Amino acid sequence: MRSVPRGGRGLGWIGRHGDYDTAVTDTALIDPDVLERVLSTALVGGGDMAEVFAEDAVTSSAMLDDRRVEQLSSGRSRGAGIRVVDGETTGFAHTADLSEAGLLAAARAAAAVARQGGNGVRTVALEPGTSHGRGDRTAPDSVDKARKLELLTRADEAARATGDAITQVQVGVGDGRRRILIANSDGLLAQDEQIRTRFNVTCVANGDTGMQTGYESLARTEGFEVFERYGVEDIARVAGTRALAKLSARPAPSGEVPIVLAGGSGGILFHEACGHGLEADHIVKDASVYTGQVGQLVASPLVTLVDDGTVLGEWGNFAVDDEGCAPARNVLIENGVLTDYMWDWLRARKEGRKSSGNGRRQSYQHLPMVRMTNTYLLAGAEDPEEIVAQTPTGVYVKKLGGGQVNTATGDFVFGTTEAYLIEDGRITEPLRDANLIGNGPEVLRRIDAVATDFDMTPGTCGKAGQSVPVGCGQATLRITGVTLGGTA
Amino acid sequence: MSDELLDLAQSVVDRAQPGEGLEVYVARGTETEVSAYEGEVESLTQADSSGVGIRVVVGEADGAGSQVGFAWAGSLDPDVIAATLADARDNARFATPDPDVVLAVPDGVEAVELDQWDDGVGSTPMEKKIAMAIELERATRAADPRVRQVSSADYSDSRAEVALASTTGISSWRRRTSASLSVDAIVGEGAETQTGGGFSVGRGPSELVPDEAMDDAVLRATRLLGAQKARSAHCTVVFDPRVVSTLLGIIASALSGEAVVKGRSFFAGRIGETIATGGITLVDDPTDARAYGAASHDGEGLACRRNVLIADGVLRMFVYDTVSARRAGAVSTGSAVRGGFAGTPGAGCRALVLSPGTKGHDEILASVGDGLFVQSISGIHSGVNTVSGDFSVGAEGLLIEGGVLAQPVREVTVASTLQRMLQSVVEIGGDLRWLPGAAAGQTLAIADMALSGD
Repeated sequence: MRSVPRGGRGLGWIGRHGDYDTAVTDTALIDPDVLERVLSTALVGGGDMAEVFAEDAVTSSAMLDDRRVEQLSSGRSRGAGIRVVDGETTGFAHTADLSEAGLLAAARAAAAVARQGGNGVRTVALEPGTSHGRGDRTAPDSVDKARKLELLTRADEAARATGDAITQVQVGVGDGRRRILIANSDGLLAQDEQIRTRFNVTCVANGDTGMQTGYESLARTEGFEVFERYGVEDIARVAGTRALAKLSARPAPSGEVPIVLAGGSGGILFHEACGHGLEADHIVKDASVYTGQVGQLVASPLVTLVDDGTVLGEWGNFAVDDEGCAPARNVLIENGVLTDYMWDWLRARKEGRKSSGNGRRQSYQHLPMVRMTNTYLLAGAEDPEEIVAQTPTGVYVKKLGGGQVNTATGDFVFGTTEAYLIEDGRITEPLRDANLIGNGPEVLRRIDAVATDFDMTPGTCGKAGQSVPVGCGQATLRITGVTLGGTA
Repeated sequence: MSDELLDLAQSVVDRAQPGEGLEVYVARGTETEVSAYEGEVESLTQADSSGVGIRVVVGEADGAGSQVGFAWAGSLDPDVIAATLADARDNARFATPDPDVVLAVPDGVEAVELDQWDDGVGSTPMEKKIAMAIELERATRAADPRVRQVSSADYSDSRAEVALASTTGISSWRRRTSASLSVDAIVGEGAETQTGGGFSVGRGPSELVPDEAMDDAVLRATRLLGAQKARSAHCTVVFDPRVVSTLLGIIASALSGEAVVKGRSFFAGRIGETIATGGITLVDDPTDARAYGAASHDGEGLACRRNVLIADGVLRMFVYDTVSARRAGAVSTGSAVRGGFAGTPGAGCRALVLSPGTKGHDEILASVGDGLFVQSISGIHSGVNTVSGDFSVGAEGLLIEGGVLAQPVREVTVASTLQRMLQSVVEIGGDLRWLPGAAAGQTLAIADMALSGD
């Protein structure tokens, strides 16, 4: 499992938790009568549950590179995945054909795994559906392409203006609208419309010691209106400044060092150190170091960790998950004690409980599995500057890149993309990029200070070949010792 | 079969308006995936998928410059294709006119004929595929008393067909099958847990060797039992063939002509210079049928060809697609790669091979004497920067003491720069393995890397 954060700067913490407005704009992707017949057909050979997940997604992106708008790209994807669960076995088939004939053919293919034998025709009656979507979001396809391109040019100019050593700037803007419909043989019918927008800038700076890169991004579960609140020039300047700072960077130290992670530096620490290990699919297979640890102290008492798909606008936000379940604010670790794991429908059923709203999938072509949403450490009480001042020597990490974890052993890595030495309690020289390596439970116990300056950042989380958008958050914190993989 | 898909691509190309360039990529495929767990099918996925990617070029490259627009769709429905063409056309209007944006033109290089199709993928009954996954899981559990869990045991296969046609005369079609078995083992002793993965790949199910996957997974996991952190030091690191394949893939991104012309490669301007240890010869040869990434045609429909990138330590050339070649004042090396119908062409490698030496794994350990053997690395995305060359990754493996494997180690990193690593190769193995991905691999020893631990 690895995650490649979209970078992210101080994007501000909206902190609104709550229900979506119900404003249905479009007709259903599939007629309810058709859904009922398809679900009945899927269970014709037996099985405990059948589900139709239909998706209609459009994406667009534009890239400015080397001072040119190189190419605009548009994509459309529409189809349905049909799942039949029979005991411990899942059958799955997907089709781009949303006609009744196409859906019935996929239903029969998915049903092929059921071995219990049919108990005759099982009638499926869908409940009146819930439907979500936010009328206050600007649909991506309603925005003039020229307006998007103007953002690219403005960012390019702002990035180049950060210094003469900036030799290359790449700016990307992308958005997507994803309509989903989930219906299952328990009668569930849910729909959601998810609109996401991202903007990213990568700069190359060239100096005496070679080239360095700086990356920064914005990614929100919002429409084009997001650019009314966030300035693309600000994003560009962060990327440019980051690349320039590293031109004078010295090799990072190697060995175990105290680390201060800046607020909003990525939050990837918790995503990798324990987030993946708290996903129930790893737990039920005894493939996580956190198996059987509920009620145990697994982290410093300063750690209260939450996974929360309800945080409006954050990158991992939605109104229903990809199994039709509403997201929730799930407390995973409270004051250092493991309180619960994250669940999807399949793993929750095994334990006789409800899904926690963490069933997600990349597209209709994928089976859902347990995934994080927005995972964050609650802020502490300390002053961030004071934490640095009370660290005699160490490394200050202003920005993290991605990471990767082996959930079974708990060993994980996460990379720095902007880091500085701490000498005598002061932030001093910039360091070249390096990975940090640690063991989840060990590192979580070594957190000895958490500040108040909470912030979130967006990322893309990869697991078993599927990518989903996630958010990560944390305030400035200190770890008493982590192995830094430098060369010095 | 070939005519049908190529005819579809050509029929879309025929809709080009006067003065408009069109390139149409159509793909179609089927996939099967079986996951086994505790003697049962955990999941069985069967699917067909298809899609189209269309590039529209308007304007005169040699005049005021031309503009390109792209659109894709996950469907071959005629209405969807028509809408996709309209999207691509509209997108082209917004691109900056560019004198280097042109579609590929046939260059006379004859494509090799490769047979990458195994009818066994389609004809093997599902029961047999299921049985392979279940047996792999059972055998792995039984392989060693220390195996505690098999977290995944999968069989998967695919059939894929791609046709490409353009207004510039490109007309290519290729198809391939592949099948694989993969398994992840969790082993333990006392409170300790270690993991290892193994796989076997082939063009069809009959080429798969389940024991190879199982043995690799179990060996990699069990030999790490007792692993500890190591002391920080500078030492020679011996990389396993699987890791070397990954390293070559990283080097390849800096050899992409696209990265070079845009000032994002540390190799820029260094053609003719010695950038690696003598003896290092790196070739990208998709015409070699043994390579997993073998292909008759590239992502723009030009013939793939053998390109010698580094010869005896000297940087000889970069790989180009049509546009990056034109920017560099070069010609395409038949190296356009694209991520299926939803991707646009870029320059990249498909089938890298580092010319093998003569020594085997054991001989290399013996000649290194003391150092670290690395069987897997982590954090490549976060710790390797192909622009600056900075390299820092998490590593698992065993110390080398007195020329043999000794104490297993975990939670360490190895670091250097890609530039320095290329100049510090001290041994190249003769144990070449054809691996999935864009590069083969063999055992490789690199001197003077920073090992970071306690």
